[in-house]
Amino acid sequence: MALMNFLKPKNKLEEGGRTEAPVQQDEGEPEKNCPNCHRDIPLSRLWANNLVCPCGYHFRMKARQRIKMTADKGSFNELYGEMISDNPLNFPGYKDKVETVRVASGEKEAVVCGTAKIGGQSCCIFVMESYFMMGSMGSAVGEKIASLFEYAARCRLPVVGFTVSGGARMQEGLLSLMQMAKTSAAVKRHSDAGLLYIAVLTDPTTGGVTASFAMEADIILAEPGATIGFAGARVIEQTTKKTLPKGFQKAEFVMEHGFVDDIVPRGNQKKILTELLKIHNGG
Amino acid sequence: MSQIPYDRVKLARDNARPTGLDYINNIFNGFMEMHGDRRFSDDPAIVGGIARLNDTPVTVIAIEKGHTAKERSHRNFGMPNPEGYRKALRLMKQAEKFGRPVICFIDTAGAYCGIGAEERGQGQAIAENLVEMSTLCIPVISILIGEGGSGGALALAVADRVWMLQNSVYSVISPEGCASILWKDAAKAEDAAASLKLTAEDAKSLGIIERILSENDIGKKEFYDRIRSLLVKELGGLSNDPDLVGKRYDRFRRMGVNAVVKE
Repeated sequence: MALMNFLKPKNKLEEGGRTEAPVQQDEGEPEKNCPNCHRDIPLSRLWANNLVCPCGYHFRMKARQRIKMTADKGSFNELYGEMISDNPLNFPGYKDKVETVRVASGEKEAVVCGTAKIGGQSCCIFVMESYFMMGSMGSAVGEKIASLFEYAARCRLPVVGFTVSGGARMQEGLLSLMQMAKTSAAVKRHSDAGLLYIAVLTDPTTGGVTASFAMEADIILAEPGATIGFAGARVIEQTTKKTLPKGFQKAEFVMEHGFVDDIVPRGNQKKILTELLKIHNGG
Repeated sequence: MSQIPYDRVKLARDNARPTGLDYINNIFNGFMEMHGDRRFSDDPAIVGGIARLNDTPVTVIAIEKGHTAKERSHRNFGMPNPEGYRKALRLMKQAEKFGRPVICFIDTAGAYCGIGAEERGQGQAIAENLVEMSTLCIPVISILIGEGGSGGALALAVADRVWMLQNSVYSVISPEGCASILWKDAAKAEDAAASLKLTAEDAKSLGIIERILSENDIGKKEFYDRIRSLLVKELGGLSNDPDLVGKRYDRFRRMGVNAVVKE
């Protein structure tokens, strides 16, 4: 990335007719191109701002970075970290794919679960991992999430969950589909115990995860610009032969249609989550 | 019996198969259809209402594909919109209130992929059914009679017993969709159908369903009589189970195959 940028003209921004001021940077510092404002932003600056571009674009974030951003320092204790999916259908190529993804992502599965404190408030937390098969839900993801809700119900803790998913993991066939029912039933038991569940939908939250625990929270928040939907936009276009409306399936569009409580930029999330946890904890 | 799984997919989609209303009209007496979700509209892709199973009042719900071209178009080819799932849930809640068992017949390529469906919360509608069905205090039996397409089918199948017709299929994704995503080639649907393990035998061996219903006399009186007797017998057992909801929870809770790695 950085090397490539040496070859680009320095006045790329002006060339593009943009009026924003060029972003200050040291020569040769690694940078990332923003798909929204098309500027090259130094990585150090992005990191300092929780991977949010100065234009407001939210880059995808790894699960553990998000935990670090959200949980109080040193408060996260991982649960079910050793649980992985098997290859129950002997699906062609699945085993190799998972092995490759495991090495590349540094994660064993597409969700990280545990207990944590957010602004001093104890909770259970799950964060899905977009870098692991786009957060797809197979047996292990379903098992970890169902187990977490059961644990939270036993310990009378609220659950805060960050979703990102392409949907059910097709390589585990029907077993993946059944995770939607399994997680939903666990969410219901936790809810019937009078406990709070807050979901934060991040880009993208689609398919079987939207059609299960992402949409089952007491309070549903979303990150700005996140794609949130059931069917993929391309499939809808092909099926209906219609042009999709502007902003279709974006968080703002989904909120306008009544399916999200509020859109919360990353920088405000910890504050909002803390306050919501406090309010529901009698404080 | 077919040789390859994709043949089953074709059989499951066959226009000549009995559709949801055929099952309702032949198994139950005096079906009274109840329309609408009380929120937006009535979805013709899902029919539901009250009927009698022999003498016992029951609530029946079916995804209906229709037979003629005109019917199929009216039924949106059996692809429900959110209001269809919301109507189904309304009728199930009503059944719970009045202590009636629920029987669902499932036959869909999937929940409809449309702009309006997304605008009205297709994902939320399915999710709500999964949540609410998990604790319904009345017996629920779901029968897959043709296609069991993903979340759109599961939204009526969080049941105490799930049965499949011999040539029905149940899958997380269509074989064509799977082939085009994984192998960028929808023509590899045959391979995908084999890999997805979507036949009734597969579903049974994976512990997803309890029973496979023979199709030897499909559409004949004996066929419907046999299903009626099975329903009567099964509901008799379920109705007397004091731990019905607990067992339904366990039924889904144990599904999945996980491993544990120690490093």
